[in-house]
Amino acid sequence: MLSARQLFCERDDRVLFQNLDFDLAEGQVLQVQGSNGSGKTTLLRILCGLNDSYAGSIRWYGQEIEEQAAAFFASLLYIGHRVGVSKVLTPIENLRWSCSLKQAVNDDQIMSALKEVGLRGFEESPCYTLSAGQQQRVSLARLLISPAKLWVLDEPFTTLDTKGVAQLESILQDQAQAGGAVMVTTHHQLTIPELSLLSLG
Amino acid sequence: MEAMSEKQTTTSAAFLATLKRDLLIAFKKKNDIVNPFMFFIIVVSLFPIGISPESDRLTEIAAGVIWISVLLASMLSMDNLYRADFEDGSLEQLLLSPHPLFFLVLAKNISHWLVSGLPVVLVSPLLAYMLALPEEAYLILVLSLLLGTPIMSLIGSIAVALTVGLGSRGLILAVITLPMSVPVLIFGTLAVQSTLNSQSPLGYLSLMLVMLSVSVSLAPLASAAALKISVN
Repeated sequence: MLSARQLFCERDDRVLFQNLDFDLAEGQVLQVQGSNGSGKTTLLRILCGLNDSYAGSIRWYGQEIEEQAAAFFASLLYIGHRVGVSKVLTPIENLRWSCSLKQAVNDDQIMSALKEVGLRGFEESPCYTLSAGQQQRVSLARLLISPAKLWVLDEPFTTLDTKGVAQLESILQDQAQAGGAVMVTTHHQLTIPELSLLSLG
Repeated sequence: MEAMSEKQTTTSAAFLATLKRDLLIAFKKKNDIVNPFMFFIIVVSLFPIGISPESDRLTEIAAGVIWISVLLASMLSMDNLYRADFEDGSLEQLLLSPHPLFFLVLAKNISHWLVSGLPVVLVSPLLAYMLALPEEAYLILVLSLLLGTPIMSLIGSIAVALTVGLGSRGLILAVITLPMSVPVLIFGTLAVQSTLNSQSPLGYLSLMLVMLSVSVSLAPLASAAALKISVN
């Protein structure tokens, strides 16, 4: 569904990657590996269209992503380092907005997703009272609501506890089994059967 | 793909959700609303103390003082527009929406004007009274502010969008915004002055209306493009 050809990216006169080719198929989880500063985050941001300082071609179902940005964005869910959770809003208010940028949601869906990620009882607390891991969980609740085919996740495991890590792995696996695709950066050893690896740097 | 497009929100739903969210944030962070408003009132109140309490003198400068204070207060409130969203990553989510960015940025601008521009417009007759502006000019003052403050919000939005990625911005916001706001300042004060000289202010007001329509239709496009550059 997503294929990148001859990707080249340079930052501050330093080549991050060149001649990078890869394909992401339905039902696949692609883990991007590489040392710190090897361009993992940059690669993910390039794929999402957040960074346009690259050369090469990125195609979504055979068509360049710039030519069909709206259709591509509708099937994309990106969670970056900064997870997109406003600190003054409550988890439920955050999700109401961030989900409705893409698809129609109702409060029942949001409540059950929050319960699923272990935030039951915190639905109405402002996010600044939550821990970093809990804020991460608020953003991960979007995964449960979103029908997006492609998930692009930048270090989603960093602040999660062991139980959270196991749960997220099973969520990723479910997405792959439902015919979606996941692209994820992490230094964590993933135990998902659909996993393939992409090494940078 | 079919099932997915059925579930996708309409642009107007995304627009309303963004507007609602920004208003909600503003009401939870009351400082952001109250500070520029208080600043406006304080600056205006300093003029009778600093210049002269004589009503003849005050009448002469009233329109200009109010307009300049509005401009400065709007500068103070601009930074709230995208900064927090940039820092917590919400801005990236906004940019990755399948809906036209024009409408989402416009929703943010409208919400910003509702919490920072509108209160200033509403309190302006009170301050005009303090500056001994004759009563017949109140209506024109309010009208000109109603047309002018959204223009300032829209112009300021472009500058904030351009500078939101910079670490230390200092004066750069003012350097970009103030020159572009000068025409609004000129026509706004002229509209009030012409009423005081028993001339019709309609010409100036209609010019401001034109400026407002142009800014509403073009400024969000510029802001959207600037935001894309800032997160790059």
